[in-house]
Amino acid sequence: MKHLISVQELSREDTVGILDTAIEFNRVTDGGTKMLPTLRGRTVVNLFYEDSTRTRISFERAAKRLSADVVTFSAKGSSVSKGESLKDTALTLNAMGADMIVVRHPSPGAAHRLAHAGWLESSVLNAGDGKHEHPTQALGDAFTLRAHLCPGATDFAGLTIGIVGDVLHSRVARSNIFLLGILGANVVVIGPPTLLPVGIENWPCQVSYSLDAHLPELDAIMMLRVQQERMNGTFFPSELEYSRTFGLNRKRAKKLPEHAIVMHPGPMNRGVEITAEVADSPRSVITEQVSNGFIVRMACMYLLIGGDLSVA
Amino acid sequence: MSLNSYLIEGARPYGEDVQDIRIIGGRIAEIGIGLDPENLGVVRAEGRVALPSFVDLHTHLREPGREDAETIASGSRAATLGGFSAVFAMANTAPVADTAGVVEQVWRLGRETGLVDVFPIGAVSVGLNGQALAELGAMAASAAGVTVFSDDGHCVFDPLLMRRALEYVKTFDGVIAQHAQDPRLTQGAQMNEGELSGILGMTGWPAVAEEAIIARDVLLALHVDSRLHICHVSTAGSVAIIRWAKEMGVRVTAEVTPHHLLLTEDFVSGFDPVYKVNPPLRSRADTLALREGLADGTIDIIATDHAPHPHEAKDCEWDSAAFGMLGLETALGVVVSAMQDVPDWNWRTLSDRMSSAPARIGRATNHGRPLAVGESAHLVLIDPDQGHLVVAEQLASLSGNTPYAGMTLPVSVTDVFFNGIYQVKDGALNV
Amino acid sequence: MRDSSPGASASSSRTISRVVADPEDISRALRRLAHQVVENVKDVTNIVILGIPTRGVPIAERLAKNIGDIENIIIPVGSLDVTLFRDDLRMRPSKALEQTRLPVEGIDGKTVILVDDVLFSGRTIRAALDAINEYGRPAVVQLAVLVDRGHRELPIRADYVGKNLPTSLNENVSVQISEIDSVDQVEIQSMTEQL
Repeated sequence: MKHLISVQELSREDTVGILDTAIEFNRVTDGGTKMLPTLRGRTVVNLFYEDSTRTRISFERAAKRLSADVVTFSAKGSSVSKGESLKDTALTLNAMGADMIVVRHPSPGAAHRLAHAGWLESSVLNAGDGKHEHPTQALGDAFTLRAHLCPGATDFAGLTIGIVGDVLHSRVARSNIFLLGILGANVVVIGPPTLLPVGIENWPCQVSYSLDAHLPELDAIMMLRVQQERMNGTFFPSELEYSRTFGLNRKRAKKLPEHAIVMHPGPMNRGVEITAEVADSPRSVITEQVSNGFIVRMACMYLLIGGDLSVA
Repeated sequence: MSLNSYLIEGARPYGEDVQDIRIIGGRIAEIGIGLDPENLGVVRAEGRVALPSFVDLHTHLREPGREDAETIASGSRAATLGGFSAVFAMANTAPVADTAGVVEQVWRLGRETGLVDVFPIGAVSVGLNGQALAELGAMAASAAGVTVFSDDGHCVFDPLLMRRALEYVKTFDGVIAQHAQDPRLTQGAQMNEGELSGILGMTGWPAVAEEAIIARDVLLALHVDSRLHICHVSTAGSVAIIRWAKEMGVRVTAEVTPHHLLLTEDFVSGFDPVYKVNPPLRSRADTLALREGLADGTIDIIATDHAPHPHEAKDCEWDSAAFGMLGLETALGVVVSAMQDVPDWNWRTLSDRMSSAPARIGRATNHGRPLAVGESAHLVLIDPDQGHLVVAEQLASLSGNTPYAGMTLPVSVTDVFFNGIYQVKDGALNV
Repeated sequence: MRDSSPGASASSSRTISRVVADPEDISRALRRLAHQVVENVKDVTNIVILGIPTRGVPIAERLAKNIGDIENIIIPVGSLDVTLFRDDLRMRPSKALEQTRLPVEGIDGKTVILVDDVLFSGRTIRAALDAINEYGRPAVVQLAVLVDRGHRELPIRADYVGKNLPTSLNENVSVQISEIDSVDQVEIQSMTEQL
């Protein structure tokens, strides 16, 4: 494996291998507090065309824990904000000898282009490309689900996971739906039809417009962020109506099975898709998702550029 | 040896029986068997197919404004190599072809190049802004004699403006060529809306955005009894609406591009912007409906929508890339490739859709004429058994944005005569 | 291996294997090693045995059982994956990590006996010493291997050796352990040029 662009390129074996490796990283680094020499001498470039402090820091920390040299290019205050094309930036990074480019870009397929357009030699790790995919977020979420619901399992058969909200604009939802499908989980996607992509009925998931109908059967529920720019009344009438119909509040959380966990990729709109009370409840694993994302990113970086790059 | 006079020996007009064709002074003088070459230069066709040269009702030549992508001269070279004798140049240049001055400039540059007849298309609205009618009458009355008007690249979305344009062009037998795309339904759209756009996270371009405009416009054309032409039809639903409109007696004609006949949206999954085009590549079912519609005459013509773009406009991420692909030099091969298994499709139907019908719609009276004595000698020889590999760098176009690079197309244009001038010989410009 | 074209290697060479140790040899060697450890280590109750995956782990377990049987105690066993600490990581494609499981007692102040199947260049053991350094500070670290095949690239030697096996560099030593390979044996595989 040279690049990680889309979870759809992964097999079940690949996925379990990454999750197992992440478990070892978690143990070896004591939850990420210890340094490893693994990527000493390797250069990892974080190329962020969107502001995302959370994700950028997670990748930076992961690379630094593995002793890599880390260079960060952010959209603001660098050549990328001065109209330099993605290609020219890629050529520059290639000339710098970057071993890995971690890229966040608003255009779907941008990571794929970086990897395959012939612009550079580096490994490419997709840190979110438009509405397309965000594979390490989904791998981190799978790590969290596995730890809570089926430790050590080599598939997620028998688990039912609800993904609720704006799937249309969410790369996290796409990566999660397809990765959970690869792992054999039963995925129920729930949201207003305006926020579900055309053709979703052919995806490896069940589609529903009713949250209440599915609560009792869910082993985990993933609440998606409602972005501010969607709240202007063309996708749904009002914030209030959205949270009444698709928000996770205490009453709804009570209908979940006792063992069910509550997830959110962050950042949350407390009071819209999830109430503060539920987000801070014991069954919420939202902060764990953040640390697990970091652990999984270490594992992916090691697997992509830890070994001999010429045979990848 | 008289000027522009040849004897073509052993050609098969429309792929039928072998004939010799004598060209004298730029006109077809005699067709028959065993003609005496007398003192004429002889072109041995060796059974190749002879057709009237093609007419492209939809070409972007980019001049004035984007001479880095294409010029009228380079586009003319690409056109003649593709077997065309006439191209209609779209109005979305910079400045926009919305005045007599601009269309006359394009027309004059075409004449100076002299490889094909370049017929400028006039803009419907000033600056393609969809608000006020451009000087349609002045463009029609100019030396360029504009008959086709289009805001191509933009839809004439305002129904009132569309109605007025349709009415207005009746005074000089003009036609409005509509780029059918509801702008509200296609905000930020990047590819066909369907299962694949959902998976790739790309903003979808629903078929209904095209079909709704076509439905509206055929009703408007019926109401004001004017001529409407639909550019680059791309969906099965559009074909059905046009079929219905024709049954209702609407004076509507329609075009399909070679790429919409052959390519499907599946190519988008590699994120290579060479496949980014407006309207977008559609589903397999759409291509099949388009082929059927083209064969049965619902779709009248093939038009290339030749859209050159400089390298950097495609060597980037998908969202930033320009819409459009080259078409002139590959049109015939792509059409043959797409239509080879369609019933009732032969060289005569191909010739109608690529030559006589587009000439008729554009009122290019000297083009698209049958291979017959007395007609202008615009003709092409096609080797039906000689495939050719498409190499982007070898195209005459200044741009290289062809989706067919590396593909072998099943037939080749070998020789082209323009007004009897032996312009393309063995697949290359004859200088 | 990667450098030679597959076609060429298939036609001009073949692999010959010969078994140099059978199940009885292996179990005798491990019993002997256990006695050597007991003789050598003053306080056997302070021993922690760490196997290096993959085959070092079951060997470590057997060695621990043998020592335990002699002394009538239970010797704690763990596993130590050293991949992340290797200096030759870049010479092969990266692979999923194996388990690292330290005994609950930890390793601080212990007599740690590292166990691997084959001692060759010494680089694995160097990486293991680095890894141990990350986890704690043992009083003593010793090394037990089932086979020492020579060709050291670092100043490292084993304290306990099951079998010394002089080999040439174009030979490969394959240790098979029944927990993993369903058979106990040691093979030497050699590539021979076919004339």
